[in-house]
This record gives sequence, structure tokens and C-alpha cells, in this order.
Amino acid sequence: MALTREQIAQRIAQELQDGYYVNLGIGMPTLVANYIPESIEVMLQSENGLLGMGSYPQQHEIDPDLINAGKETVTAITGAAYFSSADSFAMIRGGHVDLTVLGAFEIDQQGNIASYMIPGKLVKGMGGAMDLVAGAKNIIVSMTHCNRHGQSKLLKQCTLPLTGVNCVNKVVTDLAVMEINQGCFHLTERAPGVSIDEIREKTAGELSISGDILEMNVS
Amino acid sequence: MAGFNKVVTSYDDALAGIKDGMTIMVGGFGLCGIPEGLIAQLQHLEAKELTCISNNAGVDGFGLGLLLEKRQIKTMIASYVGENRLFEKLFINKEMEVILTPQGTLAEKIRAGGAGIPAFYTATGYGTQVAQGKETREFNGRSYVLEPSLTADFSLVKAYKADTMGNLVFRKTAMNFNPMMATAGHITVAEVEEIVEPGELDPEHIHTPGIYVHRVIKGQFEKRIERATTID
Repeated sequence: MALTREQIAQRIAQELQDGYYVNLGIGMPTLVANYIPESIEVMLQSENGLLGMGSYPQQHEIDPDLINAGKETVTAITGAAYFSSADSFAMIRGGHVDLTVLGAFEIDQQGNIASYMIPGKLVKGMGGAMDLVAGAKNIIVSMTHCNRHGQSKLLKQCTLPLTGVNCVNKVVTDLAVMEINQGCFHLTERAPGVSIDEIREKTAGELSISGDILEMNVS
Repeated sequence: MAGFNKVVTSYDDALAGIKDGMTIMVGGFGLCGIPEGLIAQLQHLEAKELTCISNNAGVDGFGLGLLLEKRQIKTMIASYVGENRLFEKLFINKEMEVILTPQGTLAEKIRAGGAGIPAFYTATGYGTQVAQGKETREFNGRSYVLEPSLTADFSLVKAYKADTMGNLVFRKTAMNFNPMMATAGHITVAEVEEIVEPGELDPEHIHTPGIYVHRVIKGQFEKRIERATTID
């Protein structure tokens, strides 16, 4: 069975390590925050100027001066810091953020990512995505394996305008976990009950499969 | 005004000198930390052909959305603009030029502008449409794009507190682009929630020193929330 959005988030949360500073993109990546293991401490960075983002507030805690990069009201945890957008992107561009998780329309076997613009549709802008992919040490893309027309989103070469080049290390989809290096997708795990044949069929880019491919550990 | 007292008491005085065709920076992230009263005054003044530099373009009827209603913006420099129907219409009909700029590059362009640095190299946007037509250069085996800095005729910022000398303190994530924009304006106007006497702000906790700020006005803020989300 293909994973749900929550299960993709759950699998990505297994990549978190104690002491990591992490930036979670808008949408599905945000769900990763719900699955941080209790045994570790992670600080969430929100690029509008907050390190140490907490959960959504209770109704009486809502503060218009405290939002995340998706413009949602949030809280700050004990030990949090606020700073300007220039400082925020100094953290990001300077490689101080340990892990960035973001969504994408397409990625390719060179580690390129397209995530902000579909020609012919309204261009809303890249926000902080281009800075995040250029600056993060470690980028995981979270997305469905195919688009709604059933076409693979893991390509030989992206067709949409790029957000960044040679920057994606790993992708977690509803079907598989793959690492990207040396111009190739390397299958490392598959969703429970999903066959390697199905993954091969739905991956348009170069795919390398070696050894036993274990099932992802999600509930 | 006398000495270093930068307080003005009317919005007319706050924005005196604004003319058609000027470049205006406006602080805020979404609707968080925007100088609400100064934007409303800008609409009232009907200054036209403006180049507006702001991370976003407000929403319909609020924030920079107000300036769109009277077609006051000729060029918009922003990182993300998707929250505004009128904006979409003006953009699609080519009634307004939009220069989309990566958010961190935008912040750094403004920081550099205020610091007297004309341009800088960044890896952000290399190999993308953002780098088209721009000079690139390799440092230590990695490719970078040359990005020119930005300054403005007026910077309109929002702070939590100011003293009468223009020292500013921001609150939580309402800081965002405001401190850099304060440094990059030929005239910087700060609209604040509270004005206090010199000495009441701890000098060690001032975010923006008064040297960058030319006018201070006490504003009234609605602080509209774009996406109220709760845990309940």
C-alpha cells in the first residue's frame, strides 16, 4: 500500500537526530513535527525569524506577532530566539541548518528540484525555497511518487523551472525511500506491500537497486 | 523637530516628501509586522508609479493590497505574492511588473544596501531563472550569482517600541524585514505601538539604533491575522 501523508512524515521523522536544527517546508513537511521521537531534542527553524518553533497555540494564546513561514499562528518553545530575515537566511545560506525537508513538483537523478513554478499557471514566487535548497547541508524531499495523472515525478531531467541544482540528497515518497547520487536514484526502502516492480515502473529516472530492499518501518 | 527628537504626530508629516515614481520599502512578512497606518496614508496620498519592495503584497483590501486598488504600484519586488486576487489580475494583465526574488536574497540585498555594499555573490538561484542575465563566478569549486543590493527613497517599517530618538525594538516574528529596511531607506519612517523617553529602552537590547531612523509615529494597529491556526 502507498503511504499516507502522515506515514511519509513519520518516515522522514526517523531521519532526525538529537541536536538537529531543522527547517520544515510548508505543507506535508510540516507534519514531520508531529512525529519527532520523544527521546531526542530538535529545534525547528522558521525562516520568517524564529528558532525554536512550538505547536499551534490554544485559542487564548494566539498572538498576531508570532507566526510561521506559512503565516499560521504558532508558539515558541523555551529557549527560542527571534531574529531578522537577514539573520534567518544567514543561518540557512551559511549552512547552519542541519536538515531541510521540503516538497517538490519534480526532482531528477542529478539532484535538481523544481518546486515553485508551473508555466502557464500563476507564478506566486519562490519564497525562501531557493535559499533553503542552496544552503542546507542535507535536503530531503517529501512528495508523492507520481502526479495526479499517474506520471512519475522522479525524472531523468526536470521539465519545470528549477528551484535549485544538484542539491537533493534523499527523497521519501508514498512508495519508496531513495538516495540520489552519481546521477542515479538508489532505492533503499519500499513502502510496506509495494513491489520493486511497481517502484521501477513509476520511476522515470535512472534507478539502481542492489541487495535486499527492506520495507519502511511505519505504523 | 529639535535635536534628535524624531517624533511626528501626523501621517502627513510622517510621509512628507513622497513623490510619484519613488522606490518604497515596506516591512512585514505577510500581514505580520506591517506599518498599517503608513500604508493607508500612502494610499491616501495617491502617489503613483511606485516601485515597492516588500516580501509580500498584502491581501485584498489590507496591507499593500490597498495600494493595488488605486494602481499605485508600477513595479513590485517580492518573494511570494499569492494571497491577493487583485494582484493576480494586475500581474496577468501586465499592469504591474513583478520581480520575484528569493526571500533570503531579498533580505540580503536590503541588508547590503543599507550597509553600503553594492552587490554580493550568493549560491541561491544558481542554475535557475533567477540567475538569467546575471554575472556568475566560481569560488572554491562552487558557483555563485552576483546580486546587486537595494536601497529606497523611503523605508516604511513597523516596530514594537521606539524612543523619541528613533531607537527601535521589535516584537517576536513581527521583526522580519523591518530592521534591514530601516537601514536601507534614504528616509526611514517607523510606525510603532509605543513611544517612550530616551533611557527607557535598555541600550543593550535595541535592535535598530536611531541613526537609521528619521521619523517615528505612534500608530494604531489592527494586526489582522492571515491564518489563525490553533491546536484545538
